[in-house]
Amino acid sequence: MNLPDSRKNEEALAKLLEESHKIRGVSLWKDAWRRLRRNRPAMASLIFLIGLGLVAFLTPMLPLQSPLDKDLNNRRFLSPSFEPITMGSREGLKFADGKLTSQLALFEAEIAAETAEALAINDPLKQAEQFESIQDRIRVEHPFNQLWNQLGSVSFKMVQIRVAIFGDYAIPSIFGTDKLGRDLLARVFWGARVSLVVGLVATLVSLMIGVSYGAIAGYFGGWIDAAMMRIVDMLYSIPFIFVVIYLVTFLGEESVKAWLESYGIDQIMIFYIIIGAIYWLTMSRVVRGQVLSLRQEQFVESARTIGASPMRIVFRHLVPNVLGIVIVYLTLTIPAVMLFEAFLSFLGLGVAPPDVSWGLLLNDGVEALSSVKLFWWVVIFPGAALAMTLFALNFLGDGLRDALDPKMKNR
Amino acid sequence: MKDLLGFLIRRLGWMAITLWAVYTVSFVLMRAAPGSPFSAERAMPPAIEQQMRARYNLDAPPLQQYWDYMWGILSRGDLSWSIKLEDYSVNQVIAEGFPVSASLAIFALVFAIILGVSAGVISAVYRGTVADVAMMATAVLGIAIPNFVLASIAILLFVFLIPLFPAAGWGTLRQVALPAICLGLPVAAYIARLTRAGMLESLSREHVRTAFAKGLPKRTVIIKHVLPGALLPVVSYLGPATAGVLTGSLVLEKIFALPGMGSHFIYAATQRDTTLATGMVLTYTVLLFVMNTIVDLAYAVIDPRVELE
Repeated sequence: MNLPDSRKNEEALAKLLEESHKIRGVSLWKDAWRRLRRNRPAMASLIFLIGLGLVAFLTPMLPLQSPLDKDLNNRRFLSPSFEPITMGSREGLKFADGKLTSQLALFEAEIAAETAEALAINDPLKQAEQFESIQDRIRVEHPFNQLWNQLGSVSFKMVQIRVAIFGDYAIPSIFGTDKLGRDLLARVFWGARVSLVVGLVATLVSLMIGVSYGAIAGYFGGWIDAAMMRIVDMLYSIPFIFVVIYLVTFLGEESVKAWLESYGIDQIMIFYIIIGAIYWLTMSRVVRGQVLSLRQEQFVESARTIGASPMRIVFRHLVPNVLGIVIVYLTLTIPAVMLFEAFLSFLGLGVAPPDVSWGLLLNDGVEALSSVKLFWWVVIFPGAALAMTLFALNFLGDGLRDALDPKMKNR
Repeated sequence: MKDLLGFLIRRLGWMAITLWAVYTVSFVLMRAAPGSPFSAERAMPPAIEQQMRARYNLDAPPLQQYWDYMWGILSRGDLSWSIKLEDYSVNQVIAEGFPVSASLAIFALVFAIILGVSAGVISAVYRGTVADVAMMATAVLGIAIPNFVLASIAILLFVFLIPLFPAAGWGTLRQVALPAICLGLPVAAYIARLTRAGMLESLSREHVRTAFAKGLPKRTVIIKHVLPGALLPVVSYLGPATAGVLTGSLVLEKIFALPGMGSHFIYAATQRDTTLATGMVLTYTVLLFVMNTIVDLAYAVIDPRVELE
């Protein structure tokens, strides 16, 4: 036995191994990400969209004016200006000192006193009554509920943080005001929340339906595939806008609304789902095409050999493989959905006030446009917000398509 | 030829099934909604309401209504009377509105195809130049701006600021032009992008290289060898484009106050005019189906590899 020789061998082996450890396989996703990063417009769009999402989420915490507070006497159609403004200074609000913070302190002190009074009552029935009346008062008179519309518990907390940080300061009306004297900047920001949520939720619904439908049709093939795709063909010929108009008018009916609310379903939620439920057709066709070519692959066969159920194969082995193209379609479906929301809002069938969406703002703006005096800001700012978002989504979609294109691998 | 006949017959069968499904769904939706078409601010005397119900066959049991109405359509092509528009039958409303909507849609589509294809070809041939970038940015903008905003701005610019077009009215070419352009622009933008992508792909094909190599002029190569291949995605997009134009015409007819079918439909659906709404949906479905069939035929003509199914 030659000891030094074997050590030499070992060393050589270690060296080799070390080298091989350094080499990393480039996964499809990493490769795509590398290519996407080189695509300037797509990266700019991605950053813009992430920023937009953050800002939309944090809207209640930003020092914006109230999106709802009307001032028909003094502030109708003000052009963009930098005139400073104090929260709660409108006379009609009758806030203490004309300030939100003073009114908030006053109101909270009053409520605290009333609660203490209620706690002192011995009769439990009367006490409950008293608490209820306090709750009612908060619902109507709380300064937040006067300036904002039905804040959820998270948004409520966020508005509290906003008041704690910024006090009565608010960004001046740099976007001008609308026909009821509401601040357009605040409305554009609050509208972003609704518009983005519509885009996302509806697209996710269409994603779930489209991907499972297409994957199942493609995997099973044969007559199942033929029948499922015939149905899609048929649905393509139905003018969906009309079905949507039917459904929206149907759901807008008072009794239906009440019935839905008794089940805790929001009308706006239904609206998202309807839009999502009609945008899945293209997605299902694309996914089916991909799955058809994938199902002959060996990994599917091996999964079948070890006894995986068809559903497991479809959702665990096939769907992840078509994710790339699905993501591309996702970025192209979101703008379509957002445009559709704007379109429905224009017809008066979309988001109902006091909720705000970009479509609704644009509709208001268009109405103001046709008058003799030119209130350009009521159209330009919401329009620019929507157009920039759709622009960014389109660029990102194009970039992703190029990045995820297998033909471009390692280039 | 036999292929074609079989294809058309099969398509007709599918159209019948689709129409039946659409009819059933709209019937159920309209009847399921609470309230009746006659519920209004001012209550109607019961006797009159009964008369009205009898006139529109609304007092029959639902299944009977379903069959009666369907039988009326099938045997006489009769879509019954409109409930809200007095003394108008649905057929009359459609007969009046259809030419307006159809000519608007056709003008818009033709305009979109011409503009979109030429823009796409130019920007693909001069790829990377200022013209290409400018045109593609405009195209994305065209996709990103809702057409009602576009239309309002266009009215402001070309009717009031620079009086090129009349503000409203219907009949002359000048009156059709502005709404048709507004309706066609988003579609044109989409077609331009599709054409450009298709052109770029076929420009890199080998047969194109061969054509260039044997010394054909650039013009001939592009028109004869590149364009037909590049147009395939455009042709297959024409089906959805028709749907888009029909949908968009709802908005544009409202903005330009055109007496088309779209304005009637929204009115019918929101005012619960069941007969009118059903008639409109059926008409639109037929239109869309016919257009999809034509697109499939055109596809088979352009690309000999495609078989009619």
